[in-house]
Amino acid sequence: MIEKTITVTVNGEVHTRTVKVHRTLLEFIREDLYLTGTKEGCNEGECGGCTILFDGKPLNSCMMLAMEADGHDILTVEGLEKDGKLHPLQEAFIEVGAVQCGFCTPGMLLSAKACLDEFPDASEDRIRKEIEGNICRCTGYNRIVQAIQVAAEKMRQDTLIVNKP
Amino acid sequence: MSTFQYYRPQRFEELWQLMVEYNNAFSLLAGGTDLLVRLRKGRTNSRALIDIKGLQELHGGIQEINGGLRVGALALMGDLVDDARMQQHFPALVEAMKWVGSTQIRNRATLTGNICNASPAADTAPALLVYGARVNILGSLGERTLSLEDFFLAPGRSALNPHEIVQSIDLSYPETPNGSSFLRLTRRRGFDLATVSVACLLIPEAGRIRFGLGAVAPTPLLVIDGSGVLTQTESAQVAKESALAKLAERATPISDVRASKEYRQAMLFALMSKAQHIASERLNQSRS
Repeated sequence: MIEKTITVTVNGEVHTRTVKVHRTLLEFIREDLYLTGTKEGCNEGECGGCTILFDGKPLNSCMMLAMEADGHDILTVEGLEKDGKLHPLQEAFIEVGAVQCGFCTPGMLLSAKACLDEFPDASEDRIRKEIEGNICRCTGYNRIVQAIQVAAEKMRQDTLIVNKP
Repeated sequence: MSTFQYYRPQRFEELWQLMVEYNNAFSLLAGGTDLLVRLRKGRTNSRALIDIKGLQELHGGIQEINGGLRVGALALMGDLVDDARMQQHFPALVEAMKWVGSTQIRNRATLTGNICNASPAADTAPALLVYGARVNILGSLGERTLSLEDFFLAPGRSALNPHEIVQSIDLSYPETPNGSSFLRLTRRRGFDLATVSVACLLIPEAGRIRFGLGAVAPTPLLVIDGSGVLTQTESAQVAKESALAKLAERATPISDVRASKEYRQAMLFALMSKAQHIASERLNQSRS
């Protein structure tokens, strides 16, 4: 079969589309769903520009076929904002100045989110390890790591407030 | 990307049929982290991709078998490095998998896929070799098991027949006490193909040391010294060096874009000494 119908949940919205089988998940996200926040860099799994969360785990969407996403849950950078409010990571990236040209930012944010979802108290080493698959050629990474630490602190505070009796 | 047909069989019967139908012009798709790059660059003549993730039998994950672990064909490297049993019994393999790609790649790439590509530089091969991994193969005609050493035939070529797949990899817990380690030399930190890689497993009570060598021969290589010279602390330094050099001579590296033959030979000896040193330090720590 050259085309197949797939159902994918992207940023909480269910999409059912007929897609050519050789389309990558990245092409599907950008060109069929018009979610162009996810970037194409190297197209071979080196740069991390196309990072998405796939069932909560960071993956390179350029290295998958759209077919393989059938029945799965995807989060792209467009899904980070909730009710017009930026995610703490996005706020921290702006506040700390972790964005320069901005091309790596969407992928970086998603790797950072996966890191903090799994390790809310992530050490600097842990953060650096978890974003190893996202290349940034502007910042030298320091501001990015700082921003993730600022967001982590903010998210821990928010959790404390929510959990107060 | 080149066009192809895509199939996702749910039963092995369908898989065997597709394999016959497409003869050799198909590729099996598991993690796809190598395959998709090859497809995009036109480096494969596959007319069909057969996605094996629909086969429930291959989703076994990590199971305890008699005296060891069985790793299912679709087990992800990202899950394997986090597994406590893997960390406890096969630390060199865990270290090797941590070198593979990035978080994103390890969340998609399978251990089985890494060996099925049969690359001489496969990161996981040296460690799997020292731990004596066995490959469980399934085909339309039945099952068979090969040692990993016999599984690698040539660069990019494994012993799999056209209508067979790997269903799992078995690892027996090594004799205790033991010490093991993995080292990899690359041109830069971060992800890069290995210039030379070495895994070492030291079993002093058997007088045995095993080295897995990567990127220094047409296939990943297993070399063993059972004389005891390399495991006894009282052996003379000269005797140790000569035994190690003899093992390193089994490698037949070539010059390529990553390094010259001479550099590889020199680095191989240095890495083997260092790997042995780390393995024996770990062994001493585990004893104290």
